[in-house]
Amino acid sequence: MPRIGVFVCWCGSNIGGVLDCPQLAREAASFPGVVYSVDYKYMCSEPGQNLIIEAIKEHRLDRVVVASCSPRLHEETFRKALARAGLNPYLLEMANLREHCSWVHAKEPEKAQVKAVDLVRRAVAKAALLQPLVSSQIPVTKRCLVIGGGIAGIQCALDIADAGHEVILVEREPTIGGNMVKLDKTFPTLDCSACISTPKMVAVASHPNIKLYTYAEVAEIGGYIGNFKVKIKQKARYVDHDKCTGCGTCWEKCPSKVPDDFNGGLGTRKAIYIPFPQAVPNKPVIDANHCRVFNNKKCRVCEKLCPTGAIDYEQQDTFIDEEVGAIVVATGYELFDWTKAYGEYGYGMYPDVITGLQFERLVNAAGPTGGKIKRPSDGKEPKTVVFVKCVGSRDEAKGKSYCSRVCCMYTAKHAHQLLEKVPDSQAYIFYMDVRTPGKGYEEFYQRTVQDGAIYVRGRVSKIYQSGDKLVVRGADTLLGRPVEVKADMVVLATAMQPAAGVETTARLVGAPVDQDGFIQEAHPKLRPVETHTAGVYVAGCCQGPKDIPDTVAQASGAAAKVVGLLSHSKMSTSAMISTVNEALCTGCMLCEPVCPYKAIEPKVITERLPGQPPRERTVAAVNSGLCQGCGCCNVACRPGAIQVKGFTNEQMLAEVDAICL
Amino acid sequence: MRVELTGRRKERENLLIQVARASGQNIAKCYQCGKCTAGCPVAVEMDIPPHQVMRLLQLGLKDEVLDSSAIWLCASCATCTARCPRDIDIAAVMDALRARAGREGRTRSAKTIALFHDIFLNAIQKHGRVFELGLAINYNLKTGNLFKDADLGRVYFTRGKIGLKAPKIKGGDEVRRIFQKVKQMEAGE
Amino acid sequence: MKYAYYPGCSLHATAKEFDASSRVVSRSLGIELEEIEDWSCCGATSAHATNHFLSIALPARNLALAARMGLDVAAPCAACYNRLAGANKVMRNDKEMRRKVNDVIGAEYHGEVTVKSLLEVFASVERERISSQVVKPLNNLKIACYYGCLLVRPPAVTGFDDPEQPVTMDRILQICGAETLEWGYKTECCGASLGLSREPVALRLVHDILRMAVDAGADCLACACPLCQSNLDARQEHVNRAFGTKFKVPVFYFTQLIGLAMGISSRDLKVHSHFVDTSKVLQAIG
Repeated sequence: MPRIGVFVCWCGSNIGGVLDCPQLAREAASFPGVVYSVDYKYMCSEPGQNLIIEAIKEHRLDRVVVASCSPRLHEETFRKALARAGLNPYLLEMANLREHCSWVHAKEPEKAQVKAVDLVRRAVAKAALLQPLVSSQIPVTKRCLVIGGGIAGIQCALDIADAGHEVILVEREPTIGGNMVKLDKTFPTLDCSACISTPKMVAVASHPNIKLYTYAEVAEIGGYIGNFKVKIKQKARYVDHDKCTGCGTCWEKCPSKVPDDFNGGLGTRKAIYIPFPQAVPNKPVIDANHCRVFNNKKCRVCEKLCPTGAIDYEQQDTFIDEEVGAIVVATGYELFDWTKAYGEYGYGMYPDVITGLQFERLVNAAGPTGGKIKRPSDGKEPKTVVFVKCVGSRDEAKGKSYCSRVCCMYTAKHAHQLLEKVPDSQAYIFYMDVRTPGKGYEEFYQRTVQDGAIYVRGRVSKIYQSGDKLVVRGADTLLGRPVEVKADMVVLATAMQPAAGVETTARLVGAPVDQDGFIQEAHPKLRPVETHTAGVYVAGCCQGPKDIPDTVAQASGAAAKVVGLLSHSKMSTSAMISTVNEALCTGCMLCEPVCPYKAIEPKVITERLPGQPPRERTVAAVNSGLCQGCGCCNVACRPGAIQVKGFTNEQMLAEVDAICL
Repeated sequence: MRVELTGRRKERENLLIQVARASGQNIAKCYQCGKCTAGCPVAVEMDIPPHQVMRLLQLGLKDEVLDSSAIWLCASCATCTARCPRDIDIAAVMDALRARAGREGRTRSAKTIALFHDIFLNAIQKHGRVFELGLAINYNLKTGNLFKDADLGRVYFTRGKIGLKAPKIKGGDEVRRIFQKVKQMEAGE
Repeated sequence: MKYAYYPGCSLHATAKEFDASSRVVSRSLGIELEEIEDWSCCGATSAHATNHFLSIALPARNLALAARMGLDVAAPCAACYNRLAGANKVMRNDKEMRRKVNDVIGAEYHGEVTVKSLLEVFASVERERISSQVVKPLNNLKIACYYGCLLVRPPAVTGFDDPEQPVTMDRILQICGAETLEWGYKTECCGASLGLSREPVALRLVHDILRMAVDAGADCLACACPLCQSNLDARQEHVNRAFGTKFKVPVFYFTQLIGLAMGISSRDLKVHSHFVDTSKVLQAIG
């Protein structure tokens, strides 16, 4: 017969103000197996914990029930108390008197008291059947994979590498740097984006702990926390980077001109190219879609001119295997494609209607116009520029229902830059709300207003070309009147959305995405850099729209989590995981497909029954590193062979009986 | 005039329910972006622009809306509906408001427009189809502007585009039954 | 291809040329139009501006007649098309309204026919079938295609073309050899419904449309709505008087222009019955 102790907590007036705790403790004393029960003001406090420890020793308790708050809050606290008293920590059961009772039934204390008694009786019934559990140890590979080489991936990789762990950074573009390096200046300080990000890119390339794969993608991921196996696809560059010196002869002489993605299509690049002069690595790739050689035309100019013989048109994709203990997803964002959604703005048929990212390239000294603001159609300097906010953002009909968070600030920056660079210019900003929640942000916005930018509160309904002007029809909702601007250029602040391919990455790492396609964090407040898969973390705009300061902070946060994990060579797994009773298991494997963590595999065992020759049969086996104890397999198992430790069928039925009988 | 907002909760809720029932639209979704007003071809002539019509409804100030000329000036072009980022069929809301204002005889602000609809529908009720000459003469007689568009009428007539005889259809009774039903429904409300 | 043809009130009166050209061009393209016997008015703007039930029941009577013919409906008039298609959607999806309407019109109609605008019907004809019949290509003609409101809005009802940048009419007239213009007023409202009751409003809207078309270099406008056509054509003189302009922009039905390209006689297409003189355009076609 077990010896159970019941400890009823008042939680100050949280529980004690509604329930009669002493009466509860007295009633609990009569439940089967209970040899000791007591109430106390704050059971989680040091004296409260000591009360439990003393009672365990004094009354030789071998099971403990704490009736207090949610186990999510203090289960760990009380488990540690049990351990300190020399008891297996899993011999604890909690009854949630606060969230499940006193808080929600504060207005009907009599009924609450009855329910509280039931809750405690339930916990006691289960406690009687608790078994000691031990967690197992798994080794940890002290290396981290970072997917995506934008500012989030760069910051995260540097932080982990600086802490002394190896990092494998995979970037699918020919260079790292992501979107940040395309920006001209950053709000609200107006420091040069390239000046603060390119040194970090160089630091990545030269860091002894970072192995960088550019023009590469993650192809497969297997394994589990501490022990991931990763297959990386190195796309063929058709340039041998071991031989290439990055001299630039090839891209100077290449005859194929291609619209330049890095400049938002505003300029051209060559078919063999580096995306921009400070690219890391500073060696080119051949864009096979546009190279003449790959389109069955005569050329081979780069091959002929390369002084080191680095050009290799026969190069193939290769695959590299790596083992890592942790993974950070930092795949970033791209802009919502407004040209497919906004017919009223011309579906992209007017060349002088551009996006904010294109404007960044227009004002950037390294951009296609050398930093002179010229409109794409005729190269004229635009005097009257309209900025339209929330294009695709906050628009459930045509785009996304969410706010993209950065557009208010970068639009203020763009207006400021226009007014500064173009004499006699006028900026009109159509907005719905101006959102500036950040240090120095509101001040920056006000400064742009002082610069002379005209803010008009209303959405733009239509943009059309009339002669060499773009007519912008909007409303000033503060005046209550329709308004019109005849503009030379229009800049649309288009929504941020997860970069293409995020679903594939999410599937590879086993992390769910939310309704907008962003990677779902494990908890929006308390676990913002973890995902639902152990050992997989998230940083930057693949988790949700955010600006550079927030991205960098989140990246460092994810790095801290990774460093915490990699600081141990072994880690213990959860003790409350599934276990297979092989004698009962029929090997039907129905549990395998329902497991969300791919933790169940078939295993062949040899069975020896008395008087019969040994025979082999298949049973289910649980990988303790992957199992999260969710219980799906338990439900699917027809013979009842697979059960979650700490939540066995027997224990749960005892709880049901205690409440219902 | 200062608008008293205190304690109009019941009125606001009732109005939202009434509009939703009559138009199938949820006014509460409107976040006042003004895109409807920005694209409306007749907003400049309206006493209350479309987005403010929505705002007045949200606040439960229905009388101002029902007495406005805006709801009658609305040309039913549905530009607002096609572009509303909140997917509200604003044109349908305008229809519902007009129908109610018409029923309640609140057409003072836009008599001629309401009159035109009246005459148009009477023509259908009577003949099953619209008889344009009759329509124009009737309208001009009732507005007292006898020679309105007479120049156009003369051209139409000489080119054989307007007949002198009202059309007649066999199913006239069916059409009249539809109008009777409308009267019954309105009486029942 | 055979359709139940719903001409609507205008095509029997002020828009006789739309009726005539629709019939003769359809015949040439192998589209058979069988007029719905004893059709009644769709109720137009006045019905849906006044009473929801009325705006469903009036079109539904005609839809039920078409259903009895076992044919889908083709309506040249954009306004009729819009009302029929809108009512059809309600009859298909709204059980309660369907019951009430069927009760009154004495039918068992469930929204089974499909309502198409004649423009949409033409768009489904293979390119070759049209181009092979073009004998007088409209090579010298710059046309601003004007779609107006009711052909493309609200998109939940119409949906066969883009509500902001429609192309159906442009494509068909391009097959006929014409140069169609990119211009910003393809779907701006002309205010026809206010023509009689608030003419100054309509005149301003007509003026803006004509201004944009002329600035874009249009020789003429093409449209698919009798209300737009009469508003843009017949009120052009009123616009000139009110704004001191000298617009003389012929406004054709798209069916007339297709017919001209096919060499159908101008008398059959009734191209001389417009207010604004069309002879210049006709000469250009030759």
